[in-house]
Amino acid sequence: MRALFLVIAAVFLMGQREAILVPEVSQSEVRVRQGFTGTELLLFGAILDPAGRRAGAEYDIVVVLKGPTEPIRMRAKDRIAGIWMNAEASDFRSAPSFFAVASSQPISEIVDDRTAAIYELGTDFIQLSPSGQIDPVQQARFAAGLVDLRRRLGLYKQNDRGVMISEQVLYQARISLPSNVPVGQYTAETFAIRDGRVIASALADVDVRKVGFERFVEDASQEWSLIYGIVAVMFSIFMGWVAGRLFAMI
Amino acid sequence: MDVYLPIASLSVNGLLIVALGVLTGILSGLFGVGGGFLTTPLLIFYGIPPTVAAASAATQVTGASVSGVLAHRRRDGVDYRMGLIMVGGGVIGAMIGALLFRFFQAVGQIDVVINILYVLMLGTIGSLMLAEALEAIMPKEGKDKGPKRRRHHPIVAALPMRWRFYRSGLYISPLAPAILGVIVGILTMLMGVGGGFILVPAMLYILGMSGNVVVGTSLFQILFVTMATTMMHALTTKAIDIVLAALLLLGSVMGTQFGTQIALKARPEILRFVLAGIVLIVAIRMAVGLAWQPDEIYTVSPL
Repeated sequence: MRALFLVIAAVFLMGQREAILVPEVSQSEVRVRQGFTGTELLLFGAILDPAGRRAGAEYDIVVVLKGPTEPIRMRAKDRIAGIWMNAEASDFRSAPSFFAVASSQPISEIVDDRTAAIYELGTDFIQLSPSGQIDPVQQARFAAGLVDLRRRLGLYKQNDRGVMISEQVLYQARISLPSNVPVGQYTAETFAIRDGRVIASALADVDVRKVGFERFVEDASQEWSLIYGIVAVMFSIFMGWVAGRLFAMI
Repeated sequence: MDVYLPIASLSVNGLLIVALGVLTGILSGLFGVGGGFLTTPLLIFYGIPPTVAAASAATQVTGASVSGVLAHRRRDGVDYRMGLIMVGGGVIGAMIGALLFRFFQAVGQIDVVINILYVLMLGTIGSLMLAEALEAIMPKEGKDKGPKRRRHHPIVAALPMRWRFYRSGLYISPLAPAILGVIVGILTMLMGVGGGFILVPAMLYILGMSGNVVVGTSLFQILFVTMATTMMHALTTKAIDIVLAALLLLGSVMGTQFGTQIALKARPEILRFVLAGIVLIVAIRMAVGLAWQPDEIYTVSPL
């Protein structure tokens, strides 16, 4: 769908000078290890015309950083017989674990809603692929709930003035990753937009992964869960025993 | 001091977690409760995923109770015979509880079941203990004690096949502590706590055990039940965060020793009064939580 649109857009734009995006990410790998308290990714690059000169026109830049998606079930609490308990549920097949958008102007001033929905420009336009329940009103309510929940966890965010463009050539955006950032393969997609149309887009990968001791612990708990459990029990008994001994001496 | 927790996948203030460990450790040494009923909600409140909080709290309680059992053993405060029977019942109960847990999780009502259980259990036990403790602290004037209070519940006395439990000063059927163990085991698995706050009053008021072995024996039972729970979590939820558990342990093993020292000096009825107060506060907080609109209407679970 997106590829087709790009081809059509490219053909449509052949007459004009087509801009080229040269994107770069400050680090292609985020290493999560002991003492990790979050980090900041710098997404930057240049907009050039085919001749390599500066594009010389006003472009808007939107940067979308997206974490790995996962299928989830959302449950909503409701008051039943005076008690708040889970009532309705809705499933989403592709909820991104992380989603950050930065743009040089508010999204609504750059593109219309349809274009925003196609390119997932903004937290209101994430393609969650709802399944099961079909009622669109209900679905919208659940989607809004998910975005709100994850925004407060720092996992979904939108910064309407997050992209700085200097001299119509260079752009840069800073996106901070909190310490609870999920690991996995991230994609950073940059869009150059003019007159409400996406002129060029480019993709960069960011790998967020645990390394060292943190990686080892996670692997151990998954792969050797029996040994991991025994070690956890032994360790806690040992700690308790040592403390008991120490205090007995005092 | 920022510490990254590899399983919970976030960084926390390490000193704060250690302090939480000290707090639950003191409770554990004082009252013979594991402190899980306090640790787990506080960890969740701090932003740690609920499964990780419950699993790691179980691991921590294991360590805290070893420390406590050792402290109580030095003054002969553990009835091993009684303890082992309850452990046996507890393991069976934990298995039944695990099945129930899976059922309620599948229908999406585990949170509300846990909350209602907390309110009912903590509310009943807290009020009973409070009434009893108040009576002990302030005996009514101008009225004599009346007929001597019965040692244990009539149902306990009716059970067949009596054994002698010397340290507890009891001559009762082993079925009573076994059934108690099963019930506590079910609740332990469902509520994600060691069960001490249920066990201690039950041993005092239902079995009628003598007060000086109640705390030690309760810790003994908690030690084994939380070991089983830890293993079950390691194999099923894989949610034990060993770094989180280590931080909690660091605090709680120290706290337990302090708690035990205080327990030896303080008047038991005052201690029971304080425990009743804490239990009631948690119960009221939970009851309010059920009735008021929660902060989070939505919850997300992976499919």
